[in-house]
Amino acid sequence: MTRMRALLATLMLSTPLSAMAAEDPVTTFVLDNGMQVVVVEDHRAPVVQHMVWYRAGSADEPKGASGVAHFLEHLLFKATDKLEAGEFSAIVSANGGRDNAFTSYDYTAYYQRIAADRLELMMGMESDRMRNILLTPANIETERDVIIEERNQRTENSASALFSEQMRAVQYHNHRYGVPVIGWMHEMETLDLDDALLFYEIYYSPNNAILVVSGDVTPEGVRELAEKYYGVIPSNPALPERLRTEEPPQTAERRVIFRDARVAQPYVSRSYLAPERDQGAQKEAAALTLLAEILGGGTTSYLTEKLQFDTQVAVYSSVYYRGTSLDDTTFNMIVVPAPGVTLQEAEDAMDVAVASFMKEGVDPVQLERLKKQLRAQQIYARDNVDGIAQRYGSALTTGLTVEDVQAWPEILQAITPEEIMAAAQKVIIPETSVTGWLMKEQEQGQ
Amino acid sequence: MRIFSALVISFLTVLPAQAEVKIQEVISPGGITAWLVEEPSIPFMALELRFRGGGSLDRPGKRGALNLMTGLLEEGAGDLDSRGFARAVEDLAASFSYNLNLDSLSVSARFLSESRDDAVALLRSSIVDPNFNEPDIERVRGQVFAGLLSDTTDPDAIVGAAFNRMTFGDHPYATDLSGTNESVAALTRGDLLNAHSDIFAKDRLYVGAVGDITPAALGILVDELLGDLPEIGAPQPKAAEVTIEGGITVVDFDTPQSVALFGHRGIGLESTDYFAATILNHVLGGGSFESRLMNEVREKRGLTYGVSTFLVPRDHAATYQGQVASANDRIAEAISVIRDEWSKAAEKGVTAEELRNAKTYITGAYPLRFDGNAPIARIMVGMQMIGFPIDYIAIRNDKVGAVTLEDVNRVAAELLDADGLHFVVVGKPVGLATGPLPE
Repeated sequence: MTRMRALLATLMLSTPLSAMAAEDPVTTFVLDNGMQVVVVEDHRAPVVQHMVWYRAGSADEPKGASGVAHFLEHLLFKATDKLEAGEFSAIVSANGGRDNAFTSYDYTAYYQRIAADRLELMMGMESDRMRNILLTPANIETERDVIIEERNQRTENSASALFSEQMRAVQYHNHRYGVPVIGWMHEMETLDLDDALLFYEIYYSPNNAILVVSGDVTPEGVRELAEKYYGVIPSNPALPERLRTEEPPQTAERRVIFRDARVAQPYVSRSYLAPERDQGAQKEAAALTLLAEILGGGTTSYLTEKLQFDTQVAVYSSVYYRGTSLDDTTFNMIVVPAPGVTLQEAEDAMDVAVASFMKEGVDPVQLERLKKQLRAQQIYARDNVDGIAQRYGSALTTGLTVEDVQAWPEILQAITPEEIMAAAQKVIIPETSVTGWLMKEQEQGQ
Repeated sequence: MRIFSALVISFLTVLPAQAEVKIQEVISPGGITAWLVEEPSIPFMALELRFRGGGSLDRPGKRGALNLMTGLLEEGAGDLDSRGFARAVEDLAASFSYNLNLDSLSVSARFLSESRDDAVALLRSSIVDPNFNEPDIERVRGQVFAGLLSDTTDPDAIVGAAFNRMTFGDHPYATDLSGTNESVAALTRGDLLNAHSDIFAKDRLYVGAVGDITPAALGILVDELLGDLPEIGAPQPKAAEVTIEGGITVVDFDTPQSVALFGHRGIGLESTDYFAATILNHVLGGGSFESRLMNEVREKRGLTYGVSTFLVPRDHAATYQGQVASANDRIAEAISVIRDEWSKAAEKGVTAEELRNAKTYITGAYPLRFDGNAPIARIMVGMQMIGFPIDYIAIRNDKVGAVTLEDVNRVAAELLDADGLHFVVVGKPVGLATGPLPE
């Protein structure tokens, strides 16, 4: 969830292609109070991006307070000891910068893009609101209306978003990933000052935060400022470990039928519970990353070939997997049937295609093409240091280390066809799956 | 305003960061003009081509032809079929994208220095020699139908279509460049070939390149890529008349949150007042969290997640538009607040402080745009299409700085017309009905 809509696309869907570690102009260090710092240099333009990531997202929320992580993100733009409500963004803007924030399941992050010589001002303000927000009941009421309108806009007004929300809720029996980041409406309506402050007190501290600065900066310059502004904030000795409830063995195939009068284009969606990237153990996630591309990554992918070229069952198909996650993630497929094709027929065709892929295995030529593209991505990535910053921020807030981020491209390159098929055999099983039909109100799926 | 005000003031006295973008004009041996920024530090280049006219060049009765044609450019060319072409692009680790809007068709390409020649040859085949094979036409036509179908129940799409229909009379801007089910169904391969020859010509071509390439090499590249294009394409569309008048149009749609698009006539890029209008827009509704509308509608009243306004200076018509979304029982209040702010700004203009803040933002944020090879290539092509001089980037902020409070407030009085605003509302809005604006 972002404060503004423009950033949505970059957050949830993409399977990021990683930057080559050796070429990354990246420096990392840790302040004495435990705050981790990542610096990504690019001196081509006098611009800087300053981000602070907290290891706290919607999946860390207490029961009954869904949406509070995101609500708090909004409230951090209100008053502090030193600033009036709204003044933070006003100062950024008056200095020619842009600021925003976003919340996901595993992290909340705040950032500004601004001329490089304003970095100190940004650090001064960002470090201030790490500990010193001052909220009033009036802030709470108005901003709660805002997040409710945000839910209206993103979710309630979109049959497809409501459907995805139900799919996730069914996918997770016992993990908070089943609860939407924005929150359930009935719980959002009850969020209050205490909910917000409790979350803030527990999670907002330097030892739970990562500073990521990219652009026209030097590591020495960043260190000096970081020590001055963030280094003086005491660490929180009471910071809890991120213990999440875990999924029990999933043993039942599930189905979701979602009907809505606003559905014009029905489709089939399938998700499987899947392992994520883990510290020091990323091979399986790497195999799944490649599997998603091979199966459904575009015109040359297996599903597209079977469903759109060999037959004309679908107008669109796609497979995606997002491995950067603290706990078990999902592996997803979607098939949009062609006119005259029922959802049942589309689902059957998808299953037949996946089954034949399981028999045929990975085309080594396709895999080599894919690896070559991944190597090229490492060159292209250097043109977008903010993208590199994003990768470090999301990795370091989901249980990975700097070493893991830097090892990832090599791990992807070393994955064999056998490892991809082993990961496919393990993940693509009915017992952990949810199959959903998004349907018109009166439609028959058969 | 406490401790940080000292810092802010001290920062305001320094000059905003300068974007150092050194643009060279390259004229190819074959006579094609390209703007280039040499950036050899990363071994690839971004290339942006734009062909003026875009989806507005559809011939009468052939709405959607340019769009379908654009969708087919990457579906097979030369001796490669659709998948062969996609595999070839992947083999080169290049990326090509083809996009159509109402005023131009753009081709955005990115490729590595090591395989530049092969990438250019492949890109050339997609532009000059696309196959338009029947099975591919049918497959892409099906994708267009799916998009049109989805649009029928997407509040954002519904509101945009209704607004354009009411605003642009019989101009192509009034209709969706994707076409209708009927017009798309009737398109033939011949129509696609016509669309292709209507748009791909040198008389409407603009080129921007950024990356690891010298001027001499770019001249050769551009000739290889584009030298075989015909000199002249279809005539450009005529100017559109902005016909929308003040009022409210409700499009009944059963959804919890009403989506509103509003606007009236705007101001063109050729106007000497364009920067004054940009500043006015920033203060009123363009400036993200600090705008008056964001403050009144969101921050003070919690009526929306987002409200914004934007100048839309298209080639053939200029409008000033905005959008807001609020729960069905709150949208009427949001609209009332927006109208009040519109009147207030028209009558009283902006304050000296608002002007100062807007200028600092607009000048300071300018360098942030030049953040990569592809964005710079896009900006350079946009500059050429508008007719800006090649040194525009260096002088642009001075032009912003030269705008006076009198300029902005004169433009506010001329441009803003609270009674001329038309709100198209999609949803089940409570207390709003199609007709004149409420008293």
